[in-house]
Amino acid sequence: MHIPDGYLSPSTCAAMYVASAPWWWTALRRTRRKLLGRGLPQLALFAAFSFVIMMFNLPLPGGTTGHAVGMGIAAIVLGPWASLLAISFALTIQALFFGDGGITTLGANCFNMAIAGSFAAWGIYRLLSHGAAPESRRRVVAAALAGYCAINFSALLAAIEFGIQPMLFHDASGAPLYAPYPLRIALPAMMLGHLTIAGFAEAAMCAGLFSYLRRNEPALLNLPSLPAAVAQRAASGLWATLAVALLLTPLGILAGGAAWGEWAAKDFSSVAARAQIAAVSGAVQPPAAAPAGLARLATLWTAPMPNYAPHLAIKSAAFGYLLSAMFGVGLILSGIWITQRLWLLASQRRVE
Amino acid sequence: MSKGVIAKTLHEFTDALERTLVSEDSAHGHGLLQSLDPRVKLVGLLALVVAASLSRKLSVLGVLFALGIVLALASRLSPFSLARTVWLVAFGFTCMIAGPAVFLVPGQVLYQLPQGSLAISEQGLHGALLLIVRVETAMTLSALLVLTTPWMQLLKALRALAAPVEVIALLAMTHRYIVLLMETANAMFESRQSRMVGRLNGREQRRLMVNTGGVLLGKTMEMGNQVFQAMQSRGFRGEVKLLTDFRLRTQDYVAIPGFAIAVAAAILAGR
Repeated sequence: MHIPDGYLSPSTCAAMYVASAPWWWTALRRTRRKLLGRGLPQLALFAAFSFVIMMFNLPLPGGTTGHAVGMGIAAIVLGPWASLLAISFALTIQALFFGDGGITTLGANCFNMAIAGSFAAWGIYRLLSHGAAPESRRRVVAAALAGYCAINFSALLAAIEFGIQPMLFHDASGAPLYAPYPLRIALPAMMLGHLTIAGFAEAAMCAGLFSYLRRNEPALLNLPSLPAAVAQRAASGLWATLAVALLLTPLGILAGGAAWGEWAAKDFSSVAARAQIAAVSGAVQPPAAAPAGLARLATLWTAPMPNYAPHLAIKSAAFGYLLSAMFGVGLILSGIWITQRLWLLASQRRVE
Repeated sequence: MSKGVIAKTLHEFTDALERTLVSEDSAHGHGLLQSLDPRVKLVGLLALVVAASLSRKLSVLGVLFALGIVLALASRLSPFSLARTVWLVAFGFTCMIAGPAVFLVPGQVLYQLPQGSLAISEQGLHGALLLIVRVETAMTLSALLVLTTPWMQLLKALRALAAPVEVIALLAMTHRYIVLLMETANAMFESRQSRMVGRLNGREQRRLMVNTGGVLLGKTMEMGNQVFQAMQSRGFRGEVKLLTDFRLRTQDYVAIPGFAIAVAAAILAGR
């Protein structure tokens, strides 16, 4: 996942440095007081620890080995701001001193792993361990999932950065100038290894180190961590973000055509849809009729709200989108709530 | 198998420690780049890396790569060492990534494979070659910077270019502790390996690696407290001060226009 020099265009590299800069600046500002005291050696040592832990070969089921990045445990122990600094320093030294990851791509690598990875790990750990007792097994599971999701989120960002290169940067003959694969190849190629190998290495290392610290150095984990007021403030922020995201869902209407590979069977017989498919598939014409398997399986399940347009007397497409989004979010939240209740019930029974 | 995982990790530590020693050794050598002011070298070589990233022509990238080799030879760096640690690594990794592009990128067919529907496209081949040469060039130029500049001087050069003082102090401390923690982890794995006679299954191996990581983290935190106490005893009051005593010399005044001409020519010719 350490992107070397030459894979991303200079403008992408510059954009990623610009995207990372405010996060670094805010992190430095927020940790400056700590850096005047014990925080300075602690942060440097944690950065060094992250570097060294990346060199540990972790055996995984199936006879393979993987490496962890350490973003999960760093975010849980240090918090997201100090963690993003620690991982950024480790990545900087890797790039400058060991040639692992490029100098021009350092902004992108830090954004993917240090910034997005730290915040994803911290957010998931906070969300899943909310209200759990310090000795609860749920905290270990939360740490494992935090590590797993964080490294996969970082890989997803790297895959998107790779995948947009041939779209944006190619010469007159169409030859790619930087990373050569479009999103449809870059995404599965990158995610397969991370969903199956690197993700489990990060999850195992994060959960293992969390268990070790809880047993031997519990003070480092600040259990139970955030005061109720701070947790409530964080939760309010998440709810506000969710509300804004919901309100923005009608923007999806602006995207013309269907997403690549998400065509319906009837699209193969429509002249306009066929032209769209060919345009986004390197001028390769789709088959004359819908493939037999697609035509057969397409009728297997009819969604209650096809194309995010509920079967109601709604004339506004935007309102239909909004209603679908609210319904979907409601379903997810209900599912999480039911799972949480079942988990709590099971925990109570175990205690009894 | 169980020893294999430990041996593999030990090999990585040994390799990293060796590279640290080799780069410190070569950075104190008496070659062309070693004699330059670190600020000039930092800006000049990074500008050449950016020029390589901007270049769209194989010929320009080839010239920049050749320039990198000439600079390495003039700085008395071993080409065999560079080939082993930079060129072969970059070539292998980039070929693995770029190789399939020769077949997957659509375009004018250069060669149709005898059996099957695979064909080498001109655009795919050009894109793959461009990527391989660009990565080799950028990595060679980056390696030159590290192999000819002692780490502390590199950090001072960054400070002279307005990097925040806290960042420099943290990078310096992090680098120092990386070496220390690598040595500690190395010793932990070596002692474990020397006491191991049987085979561990996958679960036991994972437990061994995670527990070693945990102990290392515990030692790290303990060391953090000791280091802070040592810093306090030496008068640390929250202010970081660095001595930047760089002075440009004759060779730097020659190198500055040299780098500027090379970068400008590469950018203009590579468009």
